[in-house]
Amino acid sequence: MVRTARQARLDATEAGLRDLLVAGVAGDESAYRAFLVALAAHLRRFLRPRLASRPDDLEDLVQECLLAVHNKRHTYDASQPVTAWIHAIARYRFIDLLRRREGREIATDDLDDEVDPGAAAAHEAADARRDLAKLLGLLPDRQRLPIVHVKIEGRTVAEAADLTGMSSAAVKVGIHRGLKALAAMIRTRG
Amino acid sequence: MKTDALIDMLANSAGAIEPGFALRRFAIAAAIGTGGAALLMATILGPRHDFAYAVRLPMFWVKLAFVASLAGLGTMGAWRLSMPARPIGSIPRAIVAVVAGIWLIAAFALAQHAPHGRIALVLGSTWTSCPWLIAGLSVPVFVALAWAMKGMAPTRLRRAGAMAGFASGAVAAFVYSIHCPELGAPFLGTWYLAGIAVPAAVGTLLGERLFRW
Repeated sequence: MVRTARQARLDATEAGLRDLLVAGVAGDESAYRAFLVALAAHLRRFLRPRLASRPDDLEDLVQECLLAVHNKRHTYDASQPVTAWIHAIARYRFIDLLRRREGREIATDDLDDEVDPGAAAAHEAADARRDLAKLLGLLPDRQRLPIVHVKIEGRTVAEAADLTGMSSAAVKVGIHRGLKALAAMIRTRG
Repeated sequence: MKTDALIDMLANSAGAIEPGFALRRFAIAAAIGTGGAALLMATILGPRHDFAYAVRLPMFWVKLAFVASLAGLGTMGAWRLSMPARPIGSIPRAIVAVVAGIWLIAAFALAQHAPHGRIALVLGSTWTSCPWLIAGLSVPVFVALAWAMKGMAPTRLRRAGAMAGFASGAVAAFVYSIHCPELGAPFLGTWYLAGIAVPAAVGTLLGERLFRW
């Protein structure tokens, strides 16, 4: 009995998410918004037990997964179960988070227990960096890479052109258009 | 950023996606890769000089069917491994069946020859170059497929890399078979597969790094 009730709930989730996503991908904005809202709730349920030891990371990971699902929504095939597709993406992002975390923890090992009066400021800066990274993830490569190389890593336009295989002019145009798009995103979000 | 704000932003910037967008992109990449390999083969190697005669031999078509089915299966496998949670299905089994088929034909061919002639049947006259030429021709195919797969969402990275390598090797073998003078099943079952194994191994090693997103 319990099992069939659970199964019925899963089926309802599956059908609901699937219809909203299919409509959203076809261009129905309100359906897509409803999909993302339902998806966020679903992701929280799915990821919470995995992040039991780090509840602070939950919302971050939920957001990363939302962004990943959004950016990869063209890889959903409507003949396949949508929850399996979402869970595979969420699991992939979760593993990626652990991988990055490991790297970071190794990198900060030598800092020891140094008392840091700027910790709060560093925290805020980290938030801002994370937000920026998320927004950058929405830009196409031809805008994102020039901005990352020139504005964030501080390389010259010529170096960025070399790295990306774009012309210098294209790098400049990419930076200009990308920054404009970022500004527009920040405005709509604020 | 609050999750609600992120959802607002994503919903506002979404827009529609054309149906079949991913498949079309993948198919175009596969076609460009195959075209690149064919161009390379035509300019550097050229089709076998007795091509008009070869097309009348049944074994020529067996060879073509052998490499074409491996290429088709590999490409389909790479497509499926580019999508999260998409089951690979019976593709690995079908690949094994095709290989088993060519080995069965090879066994018959070997059985019909006296023991001292068998090694010549396996080595043919081009065994030293065949695998390397196939591996070389697989490069443009691999680049094109990897580009298309990176634009999708592979979550099983090593397997995706292996299948991309296998598919590009098999497509290259298909293209190479237009040039190759060998028709013996023992040769095909050894050196063609060795040529395909090279990009498959490279793809397995590169998968994690190449397809991470």
